Amino acid sequence: MAQGVMVVCEQRDGEIRKISYEVLSEGKRLADKLGAEMTVVLLGSGIADKAAALGGYGASKVFVADDPNLAVYTAEAYAKAIDGIVKQADPAILLMGASVEGKDLSARLAGKLSTGLAMDCTAVRIDDGRLVATRPIYAGKAFAEVVISSFPQMATTRPNVMTVTPPDTSKSAEVVKVDANLSADDLRTKVLEVRKEAAGKIDLTEADVIVSGGRGMKGPENYKILEELATVLKGTVGASRSAVDAGWRSHSDQVGQTGKVVTPNLYIACGISGAIQHLAGMSGSKVIVAINKDADAPIFQKADYGVVADLFDVVPAMTEEAKKIM
Amino acid sequence: MEIIACIKQVPDTESQIKIAPDGKSIVQNDIKWVMNPYDEFGVEEALKLKAKNGGTVTVVSVGPKRVTESIRTALAMGADKGILVEDAATDDGDSFTIAKTLAAVVKNIPYDVIFCGQRAVDDDEAQVGAMLAEMLNIPHVSLVVKEEVDLAAKKVTAEKPIEGATLVTESSLPVLLTTQKGLNEPRYASLPGIMKAKKKPLETKKVADLGLNAEDVGLAGSKLKIMALTPPPQRSAGKIVEGETPQEKAAALVKLLREEAKII
Ligand SMILES: Cc1cc2nc3c(=O)[nH]c(=O)nc-3n(C[C@H](O)[C@H](O)[C@H](O)COP(=O)(O)OP(=O)(O)OC[C@H]3O[C@@H](n4cnc5c(N)ncnc54)[C@H](O)[C@@H]3O)c2cc1C
Repeated sequence: MAQGVMVVCEQRDGEIRKISYEVLSEGKRLADKLGAEMTVVLLGSGIADKAAALGGYGASKVFVADDPNLAVYTAEAYAKAIDGIVKQADPAILLMGASVEGKDLSARLAGKLSTGLAMDCTAVRIDDGRLVATRPIYAGKAFAEVVISSFPQMATTRPNVMTVTPPDTSKSAEVVKVDANLSADDLRTKVLEVRKEAAGKIDLTEADVIVSGGRGMKGPENYKILEELATVLKGTVGASRSAVDAGWRSHSDQVGQTGKVVTPNLYIACGISGAIQHLAGMSGSKVIVAINKDADAPIFQKADYGVVADLFDVVPAMTEEAKKIM
Repeated sequence: MEIIACIKQVPDTESQIKIAPDGKSIVQNDIKWVMNPYDEFGVEEALKLKAKNGGTVTVVSVGPKRVTESIRTALAMGADKGILVEDAATDDGDSFTIAKTLAAVVKNIPYDVIFCGQRAVDDDEAQVGAMLAEMLNIPHVSLVVKEEVDLAAKKVTAEKPIEGATLVTESSLPVLLTTQKGLNEPRYASLPGIMKAKKKPLETKKVADLGLNAEDVGLAGSKLKIMALTPPPQRSAGKIVEGETPQEKAAALVKLLREEAKII
C-alpha cells in the first residue's frame, strides 16, 4: 500500500533552491502526522553530494538520479525519471514546489501517473490519513479545499508560504542511486540556452518585498525611485497591467489575475488604484502598503497602511528613512 | 500545417466570486463568460502560424452550450473550425478528465502544433496542457513567450521565462505549447470576421462519440475533488498614516513597518 511522503527537490546549476526547503519542511510535518517516512527525489548531473545533507530536514532516504541529460530541467525527462522512482517507492503523498519548474513537472507527471494534483497550495494537512489541500482559485477571490482520490496524492506548494524548519546538521539521509532510464523519446525537448537576467534580480513569486508601480508612475523612467526603495528593502519591483500595457515594464513584472500571483511579506503599491484583477494577485501578501494621492482609491480598502500623498514625494523619502535603519 | 487551439470559457476577470449555497461551487447567475485570457494568446499564435505556413486552425473546447460563443469568437478571429464536447457527463471535471476528453478529440485529427493557455483564470490549475501532451505522448513547453516553427526540420524553438532567466528550448514536432502574455497581442474579431464565423463549421460531440465512458470524465472520473469553497481571508482597511508633510508620512510609515508590523 502507498505509504509516506515523497518530496521532489528542485536544483538549478547544482544548487538546491529555497522553495525545496519549504517543501521539505512541510513534507516532514505531514510525514510526522502520518507517522511515516519522508523520502526525497533529487535529479541532476553531478548532484549526488548534495543528497545526504537532506537528512537534516528529516528525509530518511534520498533517491538520486544522476544523468547528464538531467543537468537542466526538461519536463519529459524529469517526469520519466520520477515515474520510475514513484513506482518503486510507492509514496502516499508526492509534493513539490509550485515554481515554474514544479508546476510544469507536476502536471506532466500527474498525467503519467494518472493521479490527481492540487496545484499551488497555500496549506496542506492530514485529515483521517488523507491529504487535504487548500488552494486559492480565481487568483485568490476564493479558496478551495480539495482531496485526491488516487495515489500518490500530489500537491505543489506556493513559494514563500511554507515555513522552513532549521535543519539538524547532525543527521544525514541514506542515498539511493537510481537509473533515470531515459530513451530518445524522453529527450524530444532540449534546452539550447539559459539566458540569465541581470544578477540579483529576484523573481516576483519568490520575493519577500515587492515595490509595485502603476499608471501613477507616469512613465518608465520614474521606476528608478521604486528600484531604489526595493534595493534598500532587499526586494524587487512589480507593476500593474496598465504599466505593462503602456510598455513601461516587462510582461514578467505584471501582478494580478492575468499576471503573477504574489505572496511577499510586504507589498508596496505605488500609484495603483486597486482594480479587482490587481487585488486578486496581491491580496495574499502579509502586509500591504498603498501610496496613492486619491484617498478614495479602492487599494486603500485592502491596505494595512495607507499613505494619501504624491508618490513622487513619499517614495524617495521612504528610501532615505529606510536607509537609516536597514 | 495543422494547428489546434484548446480554449476554455471562464468568468470575466471583473466578476465578483460568490460561493453557492452548496459550499462547493460559485454562483453563476451574474457571471459574464469570456474566453480565458491566456487562451486568446494561443488562438492568436495559431492564426499567425497559419498565416505563415498555411493549413487549418481548429478550436477545441469542453463545456456547456454557452461555450459556443467563445468558439465563435475564435472563429471570428480567423480560426477555421470548432469542436465542442458538450455533454453533461463532463461537468465539474478536474484537469485530468478535461485533458482526457481533449485527448480523445485531438487524437482523431491531424496536428503539428497544439496550443493551450498556460492556465485558466478560474480554477488556476495550470495542468491541462502538460497532461494533454503526456496523454498524446508528444513533447510540451509551457509558458512560451516566443516560438518559431521550422516545418521542414519538424521542430520548434521556444522561449520561456523561469525565475531569473529565460530558457531557449528546441522540441520536435508535433508539440504542445502553453501560452502566456508577451507571446503576442490577440487581435479583435472584425465585423466581416464575425459574419464569416457564423458560417464556419462548429461540431458538437458527446462523450460516447469519443469512445469515452461517462464515468471516466466529469466529476465521476475526477481524481481531484472539491470539498469546500471559502471566501478569502478578509482584509480590512488598515491605518491611514498621518503626517503634516510627505516626509513625515514616509518616516511614520517606515517606523510602523519596523516597530508595529515588524516586517522590515
Ligand atoms: C481581462 C483583464 C485582465 C486584467 N488583469 C490584470 C492584472 O493581472 N493585473 C492588473 O494590475 N490589472 C489587470 N487588469 C487591468 C485592471 O482592470 C486595471 O485597469 C489596472 O489594474 C489599472 O492599473 P493602475 O492601477 O496602474 O492604473 P489606474 O487605475 O489608472 O490607477 C492609477 C492610480 O495612480 C494614482 N496616482 C496617479 N498619480 C499619482 C501620484 N503622483 N502619486 C500617487 N498616486 C498617483 C491614481 O490616483 C490612481 O489611483 C485586467 C483587465 C482585464 C480586462
